[in-house]
Amino acid sequence: MDNSKKPVLSPMAKKTRNKKWIIAVSMLLPFMLVYLLFLIYPTFRVVLLSFTDSDIAGIGKFIGLDNYNTLIHDELFWSSLWHTLYFMLLCVVPNTAMGLILALLLVRLKKGREIAQACFFLPYILPVSVVTVIWIWLFDSNYGVVNFLLHTKIQWLQDASWAMPSVSFVTIWWTVGFNMLLFIAGLESIPKEYYEAAALDGADSGLKVFNSITWPLLWPVTSLVLVLQILAQWQIFNQVYLLTGGGPANKTIVVLQYMYVESFQNGKGGYGATISTALFILILATSVFETKLLKKRYL
Amino acid sequence: MKTKHTASRIAIDIITVILAVIWIFPLYWAVNTSLSLDTNTIKVPPMFFPKPLLFDAFDYVIKNTSIIQWYLNSVLTALVIVVVVLFISMMCAYALSQINFPGHKGTFFAILAGFMIPTATNAIPLFMLMNDLNLVNTYTGLILPQLVSPIAVIVYKQFFDQMPAELSDAAKIDGAGEYRILFSIFMPLNWGITWSLAIVQFIWAWNNFFWPFIIINDTPKMTIPVGITQVQSWYGIAYPKQLASAVLAALPTMVLYLIFQKKVNQSVALTSGLK
Repeated sequence: MDNSKKPVLSPMAKKTRNKKWIIAVSMLLPFMLVYLLFLIYPTFRVVLLSFTDSDIAGIGKFIGLDNYNTLIHDELFWSSLWHTLYFMLLCVVPNTAMGLILALLLVRLKKGREIAQACFFLPYILPVSVVTVIWIWLFDSNYGVVNFLLHTKIQWLQDASWAMPSVSFVTIWWTVGFNMLLFIAGLESIPKEYYEAAALDGADSGLKVFNSITWPLLWPVTSLVLVLQILAQWQIFNQVYLLTGGGPANKTIVVLQYMYVESFQNGKGGYGATISTALFILILATSVFETKLLKKRYL
Repeated sequence: MKTKHTASRIAIDIITVILAVIWIFPLYWAVNTSLSLDTNTIKVPPMFFPKPLLFDAFDYVIKNTSIIQWYLNSVLTALVIVVVVLFISMMCAYALSQINFPGHKGTFFAILAGFMIPTATNAIPLFMLMNDLNLVNTYTGLILPQLVSPIAVIVYKQFFDQMPAELSDAAKIDGAGEYRILFSIFMPLNWGITWSLAIVQFIWAWNNFFWPFIIINDTPKMTIPVGITQVQSWYGIAYPKQLASAVLAALPTMVLYLIFQKKVNQSVALTSGLK
């Protein structure tokens, strides 16, 4: 860079440099203000709050590690954590695989690709509550079309063993279009010459070509899709809350919902902040871990 | 050999079509139900076409709920969010990209790091902050936390970095200041990016659920995604009305998507770090 040499500045140059600073700050200021106030400050405050018995208005006193002690022995917290992980297990890999499959199916289409793409992507742009209203109706145990078409009588959202798989299925239906789009962008950025070269080398079966070219070259996209999903799925709340309400009997309650219940419904801001902090640490830890792991794999 | 190839090709085409039909079916079903008579929705076997075709449910929802108000709230808040986010992010990105001030690298790094911070875990302190500022249950309280969008800064910076240096050099020789250069050269040359970001931010703001759900208590102040969850309890079980409200809530972004499909696809790829 040009300022690495630190030349001796004339008074004139110093003046313009100061002016530069002032202009830069004036341009940065609006964004930095909202950034610090609504993103950075809450991130620190949530940790501080976790050491207090504060209510939801933020009034309370310091109680050391009491909240964490409670958290460790809180069965509902552990089961909410387990449900979140179970949801991720049901969702992350299938959603990624489905996104990839759809992308592979669509890029080869010569006709009607726009329409097919719209079919898979449209759900993604719906508000979550629209998605859940639709699926509560489709999953209705008496008159729902799902039970009719499958000739079943399952209470998809009320039955303890079906509720979470159903929520995961709805989530995949809702969000797979996004993963598909990323995979399509990734597939289209692979140079055609690679495939021609592979054909010359005698890689004639589709699977061979996929294994030797598509999959390795697509890996940056695949890892991005995985990382984005895991980050989002840790914070799952909306669709679970709207589809099952955490029921039956808290069988599908997830971490963020537990945080919501404790803080906003029971008024325990300090304890809610403890749950938030735990979740925050888990998310950061996974992010660090997965970037390391995913990078090692192919990059 | 060749016939085998075409045969498998057709088979794959058919699978694609079947999957597409399965995927779009729930949306068709929502529209179908919303146009049906209440009593026709609980028939076995279900009716796959609305007969008679009725707009009663839509009529009822529009007349008996605050849905028009929720629409206005959503449009208003989403537009404010989009405009402010783009404006402040563009300025910030310009300073980071074009003004070589001390600390610009560190600042950009801090913004990149902000991209990794989960926002849902901040709900409690954000709520307390809004409470202290007396902004709970207000549009301002609804909008403010949604103005932070590190991704917009990152994307703008990427594109500003690629602008040829000659452009701003020439303008500087002509005596133009940084603000002039930003608003009369960089902004017009990057309308495409602004549009992409605007579309994505609009969809996010329109669909955002968690924060509006927490900060707004009064039904008339709700945005449409939160508002329609109130509708369920108003009707008891009357699926046509619920689905009519869902269809109405989905309409703006759906139409936006169908008109700007290509642009939306590009924008989504762009804002997730792929081009």
